[in-house]
Amino acid sequence: MLSRVADSIFWMRRYIERAENVARFIDVTLNLTLGIGAGHYQQWEPLVYTTGDNELFHEHYDQVTQANVIRFLTFDERNPNSILSCLKMARENARVSREMLSSQMWEELNKFYLFVRDNRHDSTAVDSPFEFFGRIRQAGYLLEGVTYSTMSHGEAWNFGRLGALLERADKTSRILDVKYYLLLPDVSDVGTPIDISQWGMLLKSTSALEMYRRRHGRLSPKQVAAFMLLDRDFPRAIRFCVSRAEQSLLAITGGTTGNFSNKPEQYLGRLRAEFDFLHIDDVMDLGLHEFIDNFQVKLNLAGDAICETFFEVIPVSAS
Amino acid sequence: MEQVNSNFLNNDPLNISKYDTRGFFDEMFSEAGVARPGVEFLVDKLTALPVGELQRRQRAADHELLNMGITFNVYGHSAGTEKVWPFDLIPRVIQEEEWLHVERGLKQRIRALNMFIDDLYHDQKIIKDGVLPEYMIQSSKGFLKQIQGMKPPRGIWCHITGTDLVRAGDGQIYVLEDNLRCPSGVSYVIENREVMKRTFPQLFEGRNILPVETYPEQLLKMLQFVSPSSSNEPTVVVLTPGVHNSAYFEHCFLAQQMGVELVQGSDLLVKDSYVHMRTTRGLKRVDVIYRRIDDDFLDPDCLRPDSTLGVKGLMQVYRAGKVALVNAPGTGVADDKAIYAYVPKMIKYYLGEDMILPNVPTYMCADDSERSYVLENIDKLVIKPANESGGYGILLGPKATKEQLANYKELIKSNPRNYVAQPMLDLSTVPTLCGDSLEGRHVDLRPYILFGEDIYIVPGGLTRVALVKDSLIVNSSQGGGSKDTWVLRNESSGV
Repeated sequence: MLSRVADSIFWMRRYIERAENVARFIDVTLNLTLGIGAGHYQQWEPLVYTTGDNELFHEHYDQVTQANVIRFLTFDERNPNSILSCLKMARENARVSREMLSSQMWEELNKFYLFVRDNRHDSTAVDSPFEFFGRIRQAGYLLEGVTYSTMSHGEAWNFGRLGALLERADKTSRILDVKYYLLLPDVSDVGTPIDISQWGMLLKSTSALEMYRRRHGRLSPKQVAAFMLLDRDFPRAIRFCVSRAEQSLLAITGGTTGNFSNKPEQYLGRLRAEFDFLHIDDVMDLGLHEFIDNFQVKLNLAGDAICETFFEVIPVSAS
Repeated sequence: MEQVNSNFLNNDPLNISKYDTRGFFDEMFSEAGVARPGVEFLVDKLTALPVGELQRRQRAADHELLNMGITFNVYGHSAGTEKVWPFDLIPRVIQEEEWLHVERGLKQRIRALNMFIDDLYHDQKIIKDGVLPEYMIQSSKGFLKQIQGMKPPRGIWCHITGTDLVRAGDGQIYVLEDNLRCPSGVSYVIENREVMKRTFPQLFEGRNILPVETYPEQLLKMLQFVSPSSSNEPTVVVLTPGVHNSAYFEHCFLAQQMGVELVQGSDLLVKDSYVHMRTTRGLKRVDVIYRRIDDDFLDPDCLRPDSTLGVKGLMQVYRAGKVALVNAPGTGVADDKAIYAYVPKMIKYYLGEDMILPNVPTYMCADDSERSYVLENIDKLVIKPANESGGYGILLGPKATKEQLANYKELIKSNPRNYVAQPMLDLSTVPTLCGDSLEGRHVDLRPYILFGEDIYIVPGGLTRVALVKDSLIVNSSQGGGSKDTWVLRNESSGV
C-alpha cells in the first residue's frame, strides 16, 4: 500500500485513541478529586503536567481551575492534543485515506468529531463532565468495534492497530503516572482508605477495576502497577498493547518473533521481550516514575522508527 | 467557572426559603427552617440552582440507574420482575463528629452481640446469671442446636451486620434493629455515591466526604482474614440462592467488585472433607463462603432436608474447621426483635459499659404485664413480629383499621413470644424532591459493619426514605427509596 495512506491510517487511529484517553485523564482526575475537600483545586495542575502540555497551558490560561483545564484539554484548538484537535486530525487523516475505510468507519468518526465540535461553546463538558466524557469514551468504543468488524484485517488495518496500540500503551503509562503526581491530602494518608480508594479510582478510569480484582484481589499500589504494566490479557495493560502491536508489525513485514530485519522490529521486539520477562520488583527497584519515563523514551523510539521505515521512504541515491 | 450572583438567575425555584419541617426533626433544617450548621453550603447551592436544574439532574440520575441495571426483584410479582429502586438526589448529611459517636456506639454493640452469640452456643452464662430468661432461647427460631459448642474461625460470628438507626423527634439517634443474617443494601450505598458523582459533581466540590467505595476492599480483607486455610491467597466465594432472589443484583455486584466467583449451591460439592467448586480445570478448594442464603438452607444433611440451595455435607466441613461461613450459622439468634430488647443488658453484662446508642423502648409481649399494656394500647404502638425482616408483618397501630387491630390482638395472644411492640416514632426527615419543590420525607439509616481483624463501618450507610408523604415505611419492598449519605469532615467546612 502507499506509504502516504499507511501513514494516514496509522495516525488516524492514533489520534482517535489519544482523544479517548484524554477523556479518561479527565475522568480519573474528577473521580480522584471529588469529595476530598478543598485540596481538590490543586489537583488539576498535575493533570496538565502529566499530559505534557504544561507550558502551553500557562501561556493561555492564568489559573489552573477545573473548568480551565477541561476546556484546554477538550476544546482548545491551540492545544494540538486537545480532544477536538485530535479528532480534527483523525478526520483529516481519514479524509485522505477514505477509499481504504468502510463507510461505517468514516461515518462514526465524522459523528464523533461533530459531536465534540458542536459542544465546544456549550457548558455540558464542564457542568456534566461524567456524562460528556462518558459519551466520548463510548464513541471511541463504537469506532473501535466498527473498525474491527467492518474493515479487512489486512495491511491497512494492521497499520491502524499499530498506531492505536502504541498510543494506548503510552497513555496507560501516563495515567499510572497521574497517581505519582497527585497529592494526597496529607503525607500520613499513604496507605489509608483515601490512598487505597485513589488506586481504585485509577483502575476504574482505565475500566480496569473489575478485571484487576479477578487477577489480584485486594488493592495494593504494587499490584496495581503490576496489572497496568505487565498483565498479559487486559487490553489496556502496556504489555498487552506492546505484544499486540508487535503482532501487527510482523503481519505487515512478514517477519517472525525472536529476530529482526529492520529498526521497528528491533525496537518493538526488544520492548516486547523486556515486558515478557519483567518482574514488578524490577520496576519498583528502579522506581515506578523513572521506569515509566524510560518506557516512554523506548516507545517513542519504536514509533519514530515506524514512521521512518514505512512512511518517510527516501529514495536511495545512486551515488 | 465564574460564580454568578444567584439572585439574578432565579428566585428560589425549589421554594427552599419556605421549606416547612412540619414539626419533625429535619436533618437539613432547624425548626425555624434555617440550614443546620455545616450544611449551609448545600442549601446555598440548591437555592442557587436555575429553574428546572435539579429536576433535570434527577432525571439524569434515574436514567443512569436504569442503564446501570441497579434493580431489585419484588416478591409477589411475576418471577424476574426487576425494578429500579427510586433514588433521590438530595443527600443526607451527617457531620463527622456525630458520626464518630455513632461509630463508637455501633462498635460497642457489635462486640457485645458477638460475645452474646458465642456465649449462647457455649456456657450460656448470660442465662445462668439470670440476665436473659431461658425461654427466650428455647423459643428462638434462629437458635441452631446443631452447632452448639462450636467455635467459628477467629471466634467471629457476626461478620457482616446492617444495624438500622433512626433519629426520633427528640433529635436522638436510636438503634431500631440489628440485621445479622444477610443484611442487604450495601451495593446501593456504593452505587448511589457513583450516580451522585456522575450526575451532580458540583455538590461535592470543595467538600471532604468520607469515601464509601472502599467497602468491597474491606469486605474482601475481612473474608480473607477469617479463612481457616494457611494460604496467602484463600479462595473466597459468594453463595447466592440464584437469580430470583430479591437481592441477586447485590450478590453479583459484591462478587464482581471483589473479583471472586459468584456460586450457586449446585456449583459446590464436598469431597475429601473439603468444599470444592466445579471449574473448567477440575475441582478447586473453597476456603471462605460469603453465603447469602439462610441457615436453614445451607445443608440438606444437617438442616432443612428439602433445601436445593445449599451444599450436601457443608456443615460437617464447617464443624471440622475447614471452611469459613460468613455470617456464621446460628448468628440469626441475635437477629430477633425480642433478643434486641436485651442488648442494653448484654452490653453491661459482657463489656461492663453503658450503652452508647440507645435502643427504642420495647415491650415484650411474652411478659404478662407488658403484654397487657400492649393489648390495651395497641392503637398507639407499632407491633413487630420478632423473626421477620424486610418490614413484613409490621402493624402500625395509629394507622390500622379496627379489624386489623383485633386481628393482631389475637395473633399476639396466640404466640406472645413472637411479638414486640414499640412506640410510634417520629422519624426524622430529609428534604426530598417532590414534583417541583422540596418536601420533608422520613428516613432511617443502615450502616454496614464488618467484623474481621478490626471493625470497619462504611461511613454513613444506606439512607432509606419513605417517598410517600407522611409514610414511615422505608423498605424497598414497600415504596421506599434511597439517598446518598455523606459523612462530612468538618475541617474544610469554612473553605
